[in-house]
Amino acid sequence: MGALTITYAILFYAAAAVFGLGVAYRVWLYARTPAPLKIPTTPAPLTKSGVALRLAREVCLFESLFKANKWIWIFAVMFHAALLLVILRHIRYFQEPVWFWVKLVQPFGLYAAFAMLAGLLGLWARRIVVERIRYISNPSDHLMLALLFGIAASGVALKYGARTDIVAVKAFMLGLMRLDLQPLPADPLLLVHLALVIALMIVFPFSKLLHAPGVFFSPTRNQTDTPRERRHLAPWAAALDAGRK
Amino acid sequence: MAGPAFQTPALKDDIAIPAVAEGAMGHSKPFIAQPEHQEPLGFPGQLVEGWHDKAITKLGDLLGKSRALRVFLDSCVKCGACTDKCHYFLGTGDPKNMPVARQDLLRGVYRRHFTVAGKLFPKLVGAKDLTKELLDDWYSYYHQCSQCRRCSVFCPYGIDTAEISMAAREIMDHIGMGQKYSNEIIAKVHKFGNNLGLQEKALKATLAGLEDDIEDETGVRVRIPVNEKGAEVLLVTPSADFFASPHIEGLIGYAKVFHQAGISWTVSSFASEAANFAMFIGSYEQMHKIAGRIRQAAMDLGVKRIVFGECGHAWRVAYSFLNTLAGPWDFLDPRYPVPQHICEVTYDLIQKGVLEFDKSKNDDMTLTFHDSCNVARASRMGDMPGGQFHIPRAIIKACCNNFVDMRPDAIGEKTFCCGGGGGLLTDDLIELRVKGAMPRMQALKEVVDSDGVTHMAAICAICKSQFSKVLPTYGFDMEMVVSVHQLVSKAIKLTPKS
Repeated sequence: MGALTITYAILFYAAAAVFGLGVAYRVWLYARTPAPLKIPTTPAPLTKSGVALRLAREVCLFESLFKANKWIWIFAVMFHAALLLVILRHIRYFQEPVWFWVKLVQPFGLYAAFAMLAGLLGLWARRIVVERIRYISNPSDHLMLALLFGIAASGVALKYGARTDIVAVKAFMLGLMRLDLQPLPADPLLLVHLALVIALMIVFPFSKLLHAPGVFFSPTRNQTDTPRERRHLAPWAAALDAGRK
Repeated sequence: MAGPAFQTPALKDDIAIPAVAEGAMGHSKPFIAQPEHQEPLGFPGQLVEGWHDKAITKLGDLLGKSRALRVFLDSCVKCGACTDKCHYFLGTGDPKNMPVARQDLLRGVYRRHFTVAGKLFPKLVGAKDLTKELLDDWYSYYHQCSQCRRCSVFCPYGIDTAEISMAAREIMDHIGMGQKYSNEIIAKVHKFGNNLGLQEKALKATLAGLEDDIEDETGVRVRIPVNEKGAEVLLVTPSADFFASPHIEGLIGYAKVFHQAGISWTVSSFASEAANFAMFIGSYEQMHKIAGRIRQAAMDLGVKRIVFGECGHAWRVAYSFLNTLAGPWDFLDPRYPVPQHICEVTYDLIQKGVLEFDKSKNDDMTLTFHDSCNVARASRMGDMPGGQFHIPRAIIKACCNNFVDMRPDAIGEKTFCCGGGGGLLTDDLIELRVKGAMPRMQALKEVVDSDGVTHMAAICAICKSQFSKVLPTYGFDMEMVVSVHQLVSKAIKLTPKS
């Protein structure tokens, strides 16, 4: 077993731990912090199923963003939908036998890679060209786009340019999951692709990528509009009621 | 006070997105609260020793108390969706008035002290130390947010800048850097029961005089009772309704509705204020204390129902928070929601055919309706989502023949703030108020030009005062703004009651 394989194996395990524990910690923080007041942005659903539907529209269709700006919406949908397809396509590296629908999604995932690149470029162009968005951008916002672009571009290059032994890659991934290390091909482009993915996993819980779990905890989106019907009271706020009539 | 040394924005063909003008409003700051405004609220009188550490500690405290704050500070991806949505940005071009940039003033400090990335790589992620300079920026720009929530409609994560500016003001209050206007008023409510410092005797005299005026005009004695035990309804209304115009015409309208429906009601001098300015400064404790007066008054007077008068942010605190702050209301009549909006009461009575109108009495006007921000995006009326848009319009249409809506992106959930909400309705912020009113004035101008609109109705004391002040700077008549219940008052058919 080469040093390269061992290094990448360690990095993957570490990245998975940081990603999993990091996101779990953040979600635990969000869940544990009380929302002292009812603050849904109205008009808001009156029922929990209505809230589920509102969140589903927000997550699947980017409803609010659609109201805000059609260009950002187009690029954002392009990027996120494509990313989803690409991730689904990659499931085949982690299972044997491969599920039926994962096989079905393969060709779509292929086209999606280009949509992902186009979406990222669109968002990046707006960040540079639109004065207002340039003003609010930090270096990390550009780096995040660069990271995602790098992952997508190296992936496309692996498919259409410097191809690697994907059977061996799959064996490496399955080996990681079964704690039975298999050699990783030493193709530079593959190593770059995987290193960038590892970086993304590590950065995730410390960055704005927390918007993914965050949206589910956003009180303006996940609360029912029922303040008159049910008394909403945070534990720390309840203490203030002591001593009154 | 000297005349305003600034340009009123020109109204054009559309609501234009301005070019970024850095620092354009950096000079705008409301008067700082003096010790006599701070101390009655339990806040330090002036900027304290060690304010930096105390501010960070307070931020940590708030992060543990408010899920919204924590999630909102983490989730922003800087997509830019909100950047052209704030009326203060549209009116001033100052980039720190873009909602995301306003949030970033606090987010930078949050990242520096509460996130791994901000501790390790501050420059990379925009983490900032809370310098005195940045604190001054906080004071300036967190008092250029009217907490209208328009940005929260458009944010893909529902980030509400109002929550951020409330938190920032709460932190500033705790280190002795409060805003005079809001804190002085809150102290008055604690002492007198209303924002004006109006006492029971004066209130009774004012309202008795109003009863005489109504009788002179209509020939019918319509009562406006104060502190009447055993009344069915406690009316809690903004104190501006007792003296300012067009607010007072609205109050007359409520009185006529109660009179005509035969509902006994009363005002309380102890809780003679619907507005709860503690929301503006983000203080749950102060909000709780003020709301407690309403509970007390309802118990003391033995009423069965609580109804709120026309007031925007008051209705947010009433509709969304009152049950939390001062409930449960198990001692009131369970057949009615607590509290009710006066528009809900009037609308229900219209539906039941209890009220009759002579619409021609309002034929001298062509009306449009300004959805008040906190009614539109932070509350509801009736039993359907969006009732807050439908019900006031239905009332207007029941008593007026001529009604036109403004452009769709300036009403309903996308309505623009009047420019004076959130604790900014003070003369020391007049430039901000005038500039922030630009989008509303633009939308109004369009219906004035296209449909001959003569008047704009509103259901908020702040909107009414703000418009009375800024309409003339845009070349409109200050009396263009009217209360919804002023229209009711003019058209309602009154019959004498025994």
